[in-house]
Amino acid sequence: MKTSTFWLLDALVIVVVFALSRLVTNDYFFFATYLVLQYIVLAEAWNILGGYTGYINFGTAGFFAIGAYTAVVLHKLIGPPIPVSILVGGTISGLLGLGMGYLTLRLRGVFFAISTLAMAVVLQTLVTNWDFVGGSRGVYIIRPSQAPFIGNYIQYLFLVMLVLAGFSIAVARTIEHSTLGFGLATIRDDEMSAEASGVPTLRLKLISTTLSGALMGMAGAPLPYYVTYLDPDSGFNLAFAVNSIAMPLIGGTQNWIGPMIGAIFLGTIQQVATVTISSALNLLIVGVLMVGFVVVAPNGIIGLFHRRAPRRQG
Amino acid sequence: MWDLLLNAIASGLLLGGFYAAVTVGIAISFGMLDIGNLAHPAFIILGSFTAYILNSKFGIDPIVAGIIVLPGFLVLGGLIYETYYWSFERRGEEGLRGLAFFFGLLFITEVALILIFGVDYRFVEAAYIGPSIHLGLVDLPLRMLVPCLVSLTMVAILQLFLSRTFIGRAILAVSQDSLALRLMAVNPTRVKLVAFSVSIATAALAGSCLIIIQPVEPSIGRDYIGRVFAVCVLGGMGSFPGMLMAAMLLGVVENITSTFFGPSWSPAVAFGFLLLTLGFRPTGIMGR
Amino acid sequence: MSDPLLRIEKLGKRFGGFVALEDIDLDVAPGERLGLIGPNGSGKSTLVNCISGTLRNESGIVRFDGRVINGLPAYQRTRLGLARSFQLPRPFRSMTVRENLRIPLLYTVNARAGAHLGEAQIVARSDELLQLVGLEAKAERRPRDLTQIEMRKLELARAMAAEPKLLMADEAMAGLSHSEVDDILALLRKLVDQGITIILIEHIMRAVMSFSERLVVLVAGRKIADGPPQEVISNPEVERAYLGE
Repeated sequence: MKTSTFWLLDALVIVVVFALSRLVTNDYFFFATYLVLQYIVLAEAWNILGGYTGYINFGTAGFFAIGAYTAVVLHKLIGPPIPVSILVGGTISGLLGLGMGYLTLRLRGVFFAISTLAMAVVLQTLVTNWDFVGGSRGVYIIRPSQAPFIGNYIQYLFLVMLVLAGFSIAVARTIEHSTLGFGLATIRDDEMSAEASGVPTLRLKLISTTLSGALMGMAGAPLPYYVTYLDPDSGFNLAFAVNSIAMPLIGGTQNWIGPMIGAIFLGTIQQVATVTISSALNLLIVGVLMVGFVVVAPNGIIGLFHRRAPRRQG
Repeated sequence: MWDLLLNAIASGLLLGGFYAAVTVGIAISFGMLDIGNLAHPAFIILGSFTAYILNSKFGIDPIVAGIIVLPGFLVLGGLIYETYYWSFERRGEEGLRGLAFFFGLLFITEVALILIFGVDYRFVEAAYIGPSIHLGLVDLPLRMLVPCLVSLTMVAILQLFLSRTFIGRAILAVSQDSLALRLMAVNPTRVKLVAFSVSIATAALAGSCLIIIQPVEPSIGRDYIGRVFAVCVLGGMGSFPGMLMAAMLLGVVENITSTFFGPSWSPAVAFGFLLLTLGFRPTGIMGR
Repeated sequence: MSDPLLRIEKLGKRFGGFVALEDIDLDVAPGERLGLIGPNGSGKSTLVNCISGTLRNESGIVRFDGRVINGLPAYQRTRLGLARSFQLPRPFRSMTVRENLRIPLLYTVNARAGAHLGEAQIVARSDELLQLVGLEAKAERRPRDLTQIEMRKLELARAMAAEPKLLMADEAMAGLSHSEVDDILALLRKLVDQGITIILIEHIMRAVMSFSERLVVLVAGRKIADGPPQEVISNPEVERAYLGE
């Protein structure tokens, strides 16, 4: 399938899903699916650096929260529409990804992973000590009563995240089938050999961290409007890191479908668990599932269904 | 201001001694065996909670409690290594999936503790929690001095174990050249099993020390991820003397930061250390 | 003599306190068949790594095709025409044999100024290379399905796909049978016919002797001999290095 065809189909699906959602009257539906959609974005974003390039990022929360806090800052300064916040948040997180990559991408595996965690913690500490965004006490965001076009603000947030989810899927697939994606795979397989074959590994890795970070920041930008109260502990919650790793691992890291499946699967389970049992238990479920899948089914749900087909042209 | 500084340094050194105990497990599993055990801090917290249970239910001294549960932690370590070996090391897929495995364990342990104990801070009672020794301007709280001494003793015993016993030297050998070890008819996997079990066992005692120094709740483990890896890397990955110096340095800097800039900056100190070390003086870890 | 394709002046490399290479001078002329030998641990692979850019040498200058390449990352050196094969083959395990050849075509050949291979040409080139090394039958297989010698051939094919001017073949024949060694030698001779300069790093003496027009000997990080093969092996210092004192 040509890339342009995919984008068209993707857009079509978004339109169809949105149209169908207009039939739903229960606001809870939109609250719940917003989270699942957000996780699709985070999982796809993570997988670009993790699954495609082979570098494990534990700092998802950092990029995500910076996107959210950028929106907070913009809201306090000028109160722009969400799409603007998304663009700005994404840009800042992308730059963050670029910077972090530049500092840490020379490190191998474990050290890179821990550095990403370190970066997230340092960012959290900085934000906690920044009073303009509320510091440790947090900040309240008033949700506008009216949304552009649609009226109901919750449904508007749902639409925004739906578009972001579709966008992240399309970006992931585009990379996957491109020369860039092919190059990223060589980095994942054998970086030294990739260099010897002419692959500019540092440059590609930086592109990967930038794109990944930018998408995560974009997913974070609408968050303040969704939760209406944001504090560093919730914004930088480690659960984001665990989920964004668990979902691609469980769904499958080889292509764009895996993270989406993992996000829907795990996200739905967590929603159900939160409502029926407790929210702490749902984190336990994520941890257990992640460990279980990693041990038993290393190629994720996708891997259980078919052997890896050869890559199509890139 | 001077007595503030001196006290910050003094308790920083005591804290550093404790950090050495916290890190020695990682020095073995990561520094020597190259296993990225991110879950180590969670096992330390587990150690704290087992000490808490034995202390609050049976009145057992926390250090003694730590020693009592040592065998249990050894077994736990063995089980974890076996799973890790069968799932990953054997297939040569330690990278992404190995890390995810340990990260998952970290999370599972933390959440399980929350589910069982809740998020309240727990503390232990012992005769030495409270009083301090006064040396001129400097106060040495016993609740920090005792864990520091216990920690240093544990590290010293481990150092002797590694350098004097057969299995200890086999561990040192496997960290350098597992092929050579195999040629000497020693099974490296066995050796690694012992080493990893020992590393988890240290968490039992480190956990007891922790809960003596401060009240503990399940999610503190995360603060320790940074500290543990910072000390390990700064200390030169597996060298005990280096680790001790790094631990003391971190303890002192953290304490001074906390005293003069406020405790909300503390978590960043260790991670900042780590980033700086990895960025500028990784000493042998780049591109290994 | 016209300008050397590769010129190394006073190259030195240390690992901490250990001196791996010291004061290496080496010129390689275009089209030359150079053999590089030395006991284990003498620094042959380190030298290859320094030339290819995988390692950075602390001292000395490396010139390739007239320009100084010190400090250039490995991928740029490959693009300049300096290719190497790895001692232990390092194929891309998640890709098929054909896809493995695609990478250097996309990232080296296509990255050079002027060149632009279309999809059809990439397929054609891969087919050519596969035929040259005799791997057409396994084009759609993964590296794990290859035998030892097939892996070695793939390794060479990947280096060849980069259309190098100079190819460093690092112990491409280790552990192969007599006829397999001949196979690889035949392959290398075909490359020489195409005008590619070859540095052959090897332990298998008959291969080195029959292939090289010039022999360089490395012992403990220093060059101790450089000249026609027959002269070099009858050099007493070289004899000592191999047979011991």
